[in-house]
Amino acid sequence: MSHLRRPAPQELQPTSFAFTPENLEKANKIIAKYPEGRQQSAVMPLLDLAQRQTEGNWVPTVAMDYIADMLEMPAIRVYEVATFYTMYNLAPVGKNFIQVCTTTPCWLRGSADVVDTCKKELGIGVGETTEDGQFTMIEVECLGACVNAPMMQINDDYYEDLTAESTKAILDALKKGEKPKAGPQSGRKGCEPIDGPKVLKAFCGCGAAPQDADASKGDA
Amino acid sequence: MQAKGTPDMLQDKDRIFTNLYGFQDFGLKGAQSRGNWDGTKALIEKGRDWIIDEMKASGMRGRGGAGFPTGLKWSFMPKESDGRPSYLVVNADEGEPGTCKDREIMRNDPHTLIEGCLLASFAMNAHAAYIYIRGEFYHEASNLQIAIDQAYEAGLVGKNACGSGWDFDIYLHLGAGAYICGEETALIESLEGKKGQPRLKPPFPANAGLYGCPTTVNNVESIAAVPTILRRGGSWFSSFGRENNHGTKLFAISGHVEKPCTVEEAMSIPLKELIEKHCGGVRGGWDNLLAVIPGGSSVPLMPKDVCDDVLMDFDALREVGSGLGTAAVIVMDKSTDIVYAIARLSEFYKHESCGQCTPCREGTGWMMRMMTRMVRGEATLDEIDLLWDVTKQVEGHTICALGDAAAWPIQGLIRHFRPEMERRIKEYRARIAA
Repeated sequence: MSHLRRPAPQELQPTSFAFTPENLEKANKIIAKYPEGRQQSAVMPLLDLAQRQTEGNWVPTVAMDYIADMLEMPAIRVYEVATFYTMYNLAPVGKNFIQVCTTTPCWLRGSADVVDTCKKELGIGVGETTEDGQFTMIEVECLGACVNAPMMQINDDYYEDLTAESTKAILDALKKGEKPKAGPQSGRKGCEPIDGPKVLKAFCGCGAAPQDADASKGDA
Repeated sequence: MQAKGTPDMLQDKDRIFTNLYGFQDFGLKGAQSRGNWDGTKALIEKGRDWIIDEMKASGMRGRGGAGFPTGLKWSFMPKESDGRPSYLVVNADEGEPGTCKDREIMRNDPHTLIEGCLLASFAMNAHAAYIYIRGEFYHEASNLQIAIDQAYEAGLVGKNACGSGWDFDIYLHLGAGAYICGEETALIESLEGKKGQPRLKPPFPANAGLYGCPTTVNNVESIAAVPTILRRGGSWFSSFGRENNHGTKLFAISGHVEKPCTVEEAMSIPLKELIEKHCGGVRGGWDNLLAVIPGGSSVPLMPKDVCDDVLMDFDALREVGSGLGTAAVIVMDKSTDIVYAIARLSEFYKHESCGQCTPCREGTGWMMRMMTRMVRGEATLDEIDLLWDVTKQVEGHTICALGDAAAWPIQGLIRHFRPEMERRIKEYRARIAA
C-alpha cells in the first residue's frame, strides 16, 4: 500500500486549515447542489478542493476536521472517505504527479516501457518523489482511456498513445518548466483509428475547429 | 450467421454519437447542428407512458454491463410520489478495464446525455438528476459542466425545461478513484458522502435509493441514446441486432489490433468483422490471435476458435461462456503472456475490492497471490484445481458482483489455457529439480 494512503507523519501535518475566500465560495456552491440536510454529499468535492488548495497537492488531517465541521458530520466519517478513495493524497506529492496506468489493456500496449522510462529519466522508483520535489510517480489502475493505451495522467491531464520516446519528451518538457500538449502523442485527435476516422467522415472534416475546454472555466 | 436486417456496416445516418471523435464543437451550437435538442418539448408532451413504451419497444438493454432492459427498469419507479422525490442517477464512473466509451460521449457529445437526462427524468417523475463521473475524468467533467451551464442558460433544463412546464435540475458529482462506485448501490453511498460500499438488495434503488428515495441508476450510453430513440422511434432502434439484442452500440477495441479505436456499430456484428473492418485487423493477422476479452475485464476470455465466428451481443457471448459487458474488446495476440494478462486483472480486483464482504476481501488477495505464482509456474499441478475452487468460493458469495468479476477471468483462463498453466508448472519443477 502506498504511503499516500495513510496520513502523513505528524511533523508534516500543518496545524491549521481554512478555505481561501474564493474556495469558500466554491464550497458553498457545491453544498447547494444537494438537498437541505444532505450536505454530507459534498464531502468528496470539498476534499478535492482542499487538496487543490494545499501546497504539495494533499489533504492534511486538519483539513478533514475543517470539512467535518463545515458539513456538520463526525470527523471519523471524513477520515473514512479520505482513506477510501485513491485520488486523495494523504501525504505531499511532487509538483508533477505522474500516474502510469499498468492495468492489462495498457500493459498489452507497452505500459512497462512507460514505467521504465519514468524510472530512468527521473531516477526514482514507483511511489517515490524526486529530491527536488518536482516529480512523484505511481502506478495506478485503469484510467479509462484503453483505446489510447498506454497512457499516464500528470496532474489533471491525460497523456495517451505513449511510447518510451514520447514519455521521455514529455518528462523533458516538464523538467524545463514547459507544459507539454496533453492527449494522444501519436498525432491522432481522440479515439478514432490512427490513420483517421473510417466512419463519420462527414462529421470529422468539415466541422469547426475542435474546442478543448479550458479546464479553469469548467466548474467541475 | 449475419444477423437479419443488419447491413454490411452501420451507416452514418444511423449513428447516434456523430461527434464521437470530437472533430466538431461539443457545445450547444454544435449539438443543435447535429440534431440534439430538436423538438424535446414535443417529446415530453407525448407523456410519460409513451416514453417508457418507446424505450421498451426499442429493446434497449442497459449499456453499463448487466444488460437489463432499460424501459422495464424505468417502469419500476413509482408513478405517483408518496411525498419523497424521485431521482435519476447517471453512472459515469467508467472504470472497467478496457472501457472508454462514455468518456467520448461526455467530452465530445455531452448534450446527448443532458437531453437524455431530462427525458428519462421526466419519464420517471424525477425533478433532479445527478451524474456521477469518475474523478480522473477532469476534462470530460469540464466539458460536461460547460454543456450543462449552456443548457441552463438556454432554458433547456432548469425551471420549465424546454418550455414543457417540467422543472428539472441536473448536477455533476465527481468521484475520487474507486472502481467499486460503478456498482449502483456503492455509487449511491458515495453520492451520499460515504465510503463506496455496496448495499444489500432489497430494497432496490427504485424503492429506496439516493437519500432513501426512489432512484434509477443508468449508464451514460443508455441515457445518451434516449433522445435519438424517441425521435426516431423504438422500432428504428430495434431494427438493428438480433432478437433480444437490439440497437446500436459503442464498441471500444483495445490491445493487439493494428488500429485501436472506439466505434458505434450495430449489435450482433461478428467479432471478426468488427476487428477487421474498423481496427485494421489483429496485429500480425487473424491467425496470430490468441484470445479476446469481449466485454471488459470482468468477463471470461475467449480463445481464437470461439472468436472466429462469435457475434457481439448479450446472448451470443453468454452462450460461449463469456459476456458482452461494456463491449470493451481487449485483443491479445500470440505474443501475449496470457497468464500474466489475467494475473494483472487479479491484482486490479484485489486493489479495488471495497473490503466489505470477507470472501471478496480475502479471496481477491488469495487469487492474486496464486496467480502471481502461476505466472512463474511456481506451483503444483493440483493448485490449479485449488485456485478454481477459490474462485468458486468467492463467486456468488458477496453482496455485489465484484467478487464474481474477480473470479470469472481466472475461470476463463483455467477453462481455456490449462495446458499453458501446466506447462509452466512442469518447467518450473524441472528447473528446481535440476
